[in-house]
Amino acid sequence: MEHRKLIETSCSHFNNDPRRMLDILWQIQNSLGWISPDTMELIAQLTNTYRVEVEGVVTFYAFFMSKPQGQFVIHLCEDIIDRYAGMLPVQNAFEQILGIKVGETTKDGLFSLHLTSCIGMSDQAPAALINDMVVTNLSPNKTKILIRTLKKTRNLASLVKTFGDGNNSHELIKSMVNNNILLKGDVLLGDININAGLNKAFSLPPEEVIATVQASNFKGRGGAGYSSAKKWLAAAATQADKRFVICNADEGEPGTFKDRVLLTERAELLFEGMTTVAYAIGSQHGILYLRAEYRYLLPYLESLLTKRRNEGLLGTDILVDETENTRFSFDIRIQLGAGAYICGEETSLISSCEGKRGEPKNKPPFPAVSGYLGYPTVVNNVETFCNIPRIVDKGAEWFTSIGTPESSGTKLLSVCGDCTRPGIYEFPMGITLGEVLSLAGAKDPEAIQIGGASGVMVGRADFERQLCFEDLPTAGAIMIFSSQRNILEIADYFMHFFIEESCGYCTPCRVGNVFLKQGLEKIMAGKGETSDLKYLQDLGKTIIQTSRCGLGHSSPKPILSTMKNFPLVYAALLKEHPDGRQAGFNIQHALDESRIIAKRRSIVFDPDLGGD
Amino acid sequence: MSDNKKITLTIDGKTIQAESGQSIMNACDAQGIYIPRLCDSTGLVPQGSCRVCSVKVNGRVVAACTQPAEDGANIEHESDEIQGYRKDLVRMLFHEGNHLCPICEASGRCELQAMAYRFGISQATTYPYLQPVRPVDASHPDIALDNNRCILCGRCIRASRDVDGKNVFEYVGRGIHKRIGVNGDCLADTNADLNDYAMSLEVCPVGCIIRKGEGFFSPVGERQYDSDKIGSNIENHTAHSSLGKLIKVHQIDPNDAIHDDIDQSNVNEDKS
Repeated sequence: MEHRKLIETSCSHFNNDPRRMLDILWQIQNSLGWISPDTMELIAQLTNTYRVEVEGVVTFYAFFMSKPQGQFVIHLCEDIIDRYAGMLPVQNAFEQILGIKVGETTKDGLFSLHLTSCIGMSDQAPAALINDMVVTNLSPNKTKILIRTLKKTRNLASLVKTFGDGNNSHELIKSMVNNNILLKGDVLLGDININAGLNKAFSLPPEEVIATVQASNFKGRGGAGYSSAKKWLAAAATQADKRFVICNADEGEPGTFKDRVLLTERAELLFEGMTTVAYAIGSQHGILYLRAEYRYLLPYLESLLTKRRNEGLLGTDILVDETENTRFSFDIRIQLGAGAYICGEETSLISSCEGKRGEPKNKPPFPAVSGYLGYPTVVNNVETFCNIPRIVDKGAEWFTSIGTPESSGTKLLSVCGDCTRPGIYEFPMGITLGEVLSLAGAKDPEAIQIGGASGVMVGRADFERQLCFEDLPTAGAIMIFSSQRNILEIADYFMHFFIEESCGYCTPCRVGNVFLKQGLEKIMAGKGETSDLKYLQDLGKTIIQTSRCGLGHSSPKPILSTMKNFPLVYAALLKEHPDGRQAGFNIQHALDESRIIAKRRSIVFDPDLGGD
Repeated sequence: MSDNKKITLTIDGKTIQAESGQSIMNACDAQGIYIPRLCDSTGLVPQGSCRVCSVKVNGRVVAACTQPAEDGANIEHESDEIQGYRKDLVRMLFHEGNHLCPICEASGRCELQAMAYRFGISQATTYPYLQPVRPVDASHPDIALDNNRCILCGRCIRASRDVDGKNVFEYVGRGIHKRIGVNGDCLADTNADLNDYAMSLEVCPVGCIIRKGEGFFSPVGERQYDSDKIGSNIENHTAHSSLGKLIKVHQIDPNDAIHDDIDQSNVNEDKS
């Protein structure tokens, strides 16, 4: 086989270990452009797995290609924010200048064009990935210039004329992405003293580190509001010879990009946080699960890990206590994802780290008891880890003085959509939605999507509500839609998103979401009746109740929350038919297929044959 | 896990004994309480994907096949709400694939069809039909795969991997495009064999895995679920008769000699 040597090298680089399947596939795809059936066969032989298992992994992730691709693979972000920012004309421009449609590759083998879910650039939309490079603020004209430049130079670096703010201009990043930090709070984005928290933690017994965080009333920043300290206690209490600390940097929620900014500007704080938690629970191994969309940050993040190893903050014997005869060793590896929103779910993320399809696992057992490779595992997100050293450094009392009694600290918000100041805001917990909107310069705000696609859409009646765990909880996405936007179109896009991103493991999420979208589209087409509202409600309830993981528990929310908060939008489209006929049924349309099969028309129903 | 400690559960108000470490489904099976299921099959590792075995435990809906029975758990099983969910899930599976019972070889022994009858689903519902066009793989000399009838239960995957030690099947793709892939370009490329447990009638609950040359082996009226509804063998321990009707009749094949390598015990039984 032609590339045998290369595939063998890639597999042996990861010790032919099938648990490193994602790394193996990335390395091979980076060289060959795609994973062919023959490649899968050889990988399977070398890693002692089966070809169909390798195929199962390749076909699960959107960024692994099982068909040949061009030298430059364009993934244009199709998120609703990008759509409203002019993504469709950009798509047309790509298609026109390349002479291909989405999903195709140019004849010269230079370009492939794909659409993809949110790539975390909603404050600088429309945006796209070209291989691992991010291009932002696209317009049809800019698109044409990009392609012309690439055709001439064949060099991605030539696309970036000016670098973004902050570390985006770092020589290992050199990206046009902007941080757009618009409000710095006391905890994360203000002035911080790197390693102060870790050094203080090292002076305390591990139990006291957990106790401090528990006393601070800190809740995980993923949106569910679960006490992080409780997870750590469970992991620390489970007998095992290894424990794992995993950082979830698979920020896939549409409209969210705050982790991207933390990874750019506060990566050391993140690694410090992971090390602090590792010390607290007695873990030796850390994994940063980085979404593939943020691959452009990988060399920079790797360099920081190396720096910390050189400084003695990662690696063997970071802390040796001769009197107590204890030694603490901890290191972090970066696991690159490959384009799957579901991997933001902690058990899916663990499956993915294990080199498998990113499908959720059954709970119980919970990861804190049996997680990565069966070992006790703590999974927290980027913002959570960044908070920890700050709490340990400044104390629980300082932390609880910020925010509300139930929700201590600050919250990073990614604000995007119809506003003049999209970007990152660090607010104390409990800020009202209205205050956020006014600071962001919201233009005629009508509907606000809180917490991304899996969150809820609220209207003006909720603008005085507080963003905190006890009122309106959010993982950080605030999408602003003006009165010019079609609310059902937004809900319909989110359903499209969930259908694309469902792993397909369980029936309700795999099938039910498709039905929900079709039901919504029937109403949008003006063919809905009052009974369709109940249909959507009942179906939504079945999906929420019977799905296996958080994706299915959330996916009907765009429809259910818009039905609840914007009932008039639905009511205006519904039709009542006193004769009992269904508006959604068109006999002529229904007969079309039969006419083709029978090769004749209907004597009863065709008008010119005497039908009605 | 299984320290065989006795625990007590309440299911629809009835108190039953179970062993700690058992799943809710196993605990109920042992007591003659049948919880409907499609992706679970005796002898295979439960995976909780079809969700038809949904029950409510202390207010949360969970899959009975994977949920450990916990002492004192209060389980809601045949309430209107739970039965409603189960019906919705069975309907979803019907509408996701192409299930044309009158022409299907599995009719009468199909668990999806039997489940619909058990729930009283006998006509089209409000769900749309997705009418997928999925390829049929008839490459193998003894086995055909009609993926249009597949409900993605994954029983063949687990049977091939865990019982046969072969990994003929695995899930590929994701979401609504998820399907069962085979370990090669087509089934004939794999080491699949008619005598694999994965290819037996116990494994595929629908008419996706087809054993060539032995279709429609039971006349209408004598098929597995013609008289006993699905689950009756669990509900009534004496009702094993339904299994007894599952008689395999091999058609006489002029090339019968090629069947010599088939497990003799099976063949002898069939021909007797």
